[in-house]
Amino acid sequence: MSQSAKAPSAESGPRSIEACRADFPLLAQSINGEPLVYLDSAASSQVPNAVIDAIADYERNDHANVHRGVHTLSHRATDRYEGARDSVQRFIGAASRCEIVFTRGTTDAINLVAQSYCRPKLAPGDKVLITHLEHHSNIVPWQIVCDQTGAELVVAPIDQSGQVDKAQLIDCMDDRVRIVAIAHVSNALGSILPIEEIIEAAHSRDIPVLVDGAQAIPHLTIDVQALGADFYTFSGHKMFGPTGIGILYAKEALLEAMPPYQGGGDMILEVRFDGTTYNELPYKFEAGTPNISGVVGLGAAIGYLEEVGMDAITAHEIRLLAYLTSSLGSIEDIRLIGTASNKASVQSFLIGDIHPHDIGTILDHQGVAIRTGHHCAMPVMDFYGIPGTARASLALYNNEDDIDRLVAALTKTVEIFS
Amino acid sequence: MSNAADSKTAELRELYRELILDHARSPRHFGKLPDATHSAEGINPLCGDKLKMYFRIQDDGQIDDARFEGSGCAISVASASLLTDTVIGMTSDEALHFFSAVIARLTGRTEQVNGTEKSIDLGKIRVLEGVKEFPSRVKCASLAWHALNSAILNHDQAVSTE
Repeated sequence: MSQSAKAPSAESGPRSIEACRADFPLLAQSINGEPLVYLDSAASSQVPNAVIDAIADYERNDHANVHRGVHTLSHRATDRYEGARDSVQRFIGAASRCEIVFTRGTTDAINLVAQSYCRPKLAPGDKVLITHLEHHSNIVPWQIVCDQTGAELVVAPIDQSGQVDKAQLIDCMDDRVRIVAIAHVSNALGSILPIEEIIEAAHSRDIPVLVDGAQAIPHLTIDVQALGADFYTFSGHKMFGPTGIGILYAKEALLEAMPPYQGGGDMILEVRFDGTTYNELPYKFEAGTPNISGVVGLGAAIGYLEEVGMDAITAHEIRLLAYLTSSLGSIEDIRLIGTASNKASVQSFLIGDIHPHDIGTILDHQGVAIRTGHHCAMPVMDFYGIPGTARASLALYNNEDDIDRLVAALTKTVEIFS
Repeated sequence: MSNAADSKTAELRELYRELILDHARSPRHFGKLPDATHSAEGINPLCGDKLKMYFRIQDDGQIDDARFEGSGCAISVASASLLTDTVIGMTSDEALHFFSAVIARLTGRTEQVNGTEKSIDLGKIRVLEGVKEFPSRVKCASLAWHALNSAILNHDQAVSTE
């Protein structure tokens, strides 16, 4: 299982963050005749050579099914697959590798918890508590399980800055609340929620907490034990890994008590027509042949992030976000949406009465990729009474030049519409 | 470089022509039509454009009033506004033929021939043709037209561009 050669800089100590951009081959291209400026990492982050090479190496040399064959390739594939599980455990500080379940993504992980953990527990009159800033993936799975069980979905409010009102959220935690499901970082607004305090308050009332960490994982150091989260979910493709792979972290005792979510191969010990014995954790929740190359890619992405260092990434992004916010301030008639004091490097905005979609087209024409629309957070848009926003999101590979190009492209947009 | 920048600006101005910006800023026939006989909603879930189109069609098929409400980008609002300007005074059959011709033109497809579309002069609707160079925006320009088609044919069916 010799890993393919690492990036050539490995021997020269910690990577300088400025040098990281060169690790992402996709960024070195032109779009519509201009060098690409990629400011849509909150939708999907780009992939470094380390990930591309690991997947290619797995497919070229080690591809086989996992946990099955006695042959060498199957062993190698299994070692890579389980090695990535160890990487995830280390990366998020989980107590045990059996607490790491591979899923298709954050959405899949939340659906798993809604159906396997909550559905059997919920009765009419029970409540599921979320907040107003959640992504649709942390709303709809709960609506479905509430419909199935007669439970009620309760939504805690946010304030004008786009931050959750902690006191009101805690006020909602009455004795009928069976789970609190909250984002760690808002995808549309960038707000970092005070999840430690929310978890503490929930636990003091014996309510478990699921954290949607999809937008936190590429920006912040995550320690699930320090946070105390009962469930923590995230996706590979927001953290420089592939799409179609994600993680459900759950405390072992919870997973142990939960019934399987899907049945099939790999999740069983013994199958007979008069009954089936389920496999041990975490395999009980991994039915069918998994996304092995996706797992390998995710493992490589974690290796890359560890090499660059999450502290360095966070510091870089705090600096860039401050530059972005002040640079956007120079645009005529701009309105920043999402101004919480504690934020990740995501900024939504509107300019005058120009529709976000028009901003997106004019920027794309100048080689600048941003997200426009409702960001799968329609209730957030309703809260502000707007149809959508333009959103620039920054990752470790962005720099000041990207922000200058964004501002120049926005200035051109204003010009076209004036 | 500055030549490239100029041609880029020119391409953008081709999409956002003065007439489009004018209709986007001051949409004509904007609002509800309380005595509409036909209506349909057009939704573009990708970008959140949402338009409701209203038509009053007389017994002889004449469209004697058209209005719309909702919100969307400059292209979709201008297109809806231009649509209302255009179809008032047409018969519903003429409007359906016109719809086919517009969609054919916006998507750059050869016009489906059952004869009539070919000869249709799109008039000021030609201003929308700039979207052909911006594939992601064709849906915006065609949204109101699909709603027109749905309103006449199906009465009140919402249409989605997805």
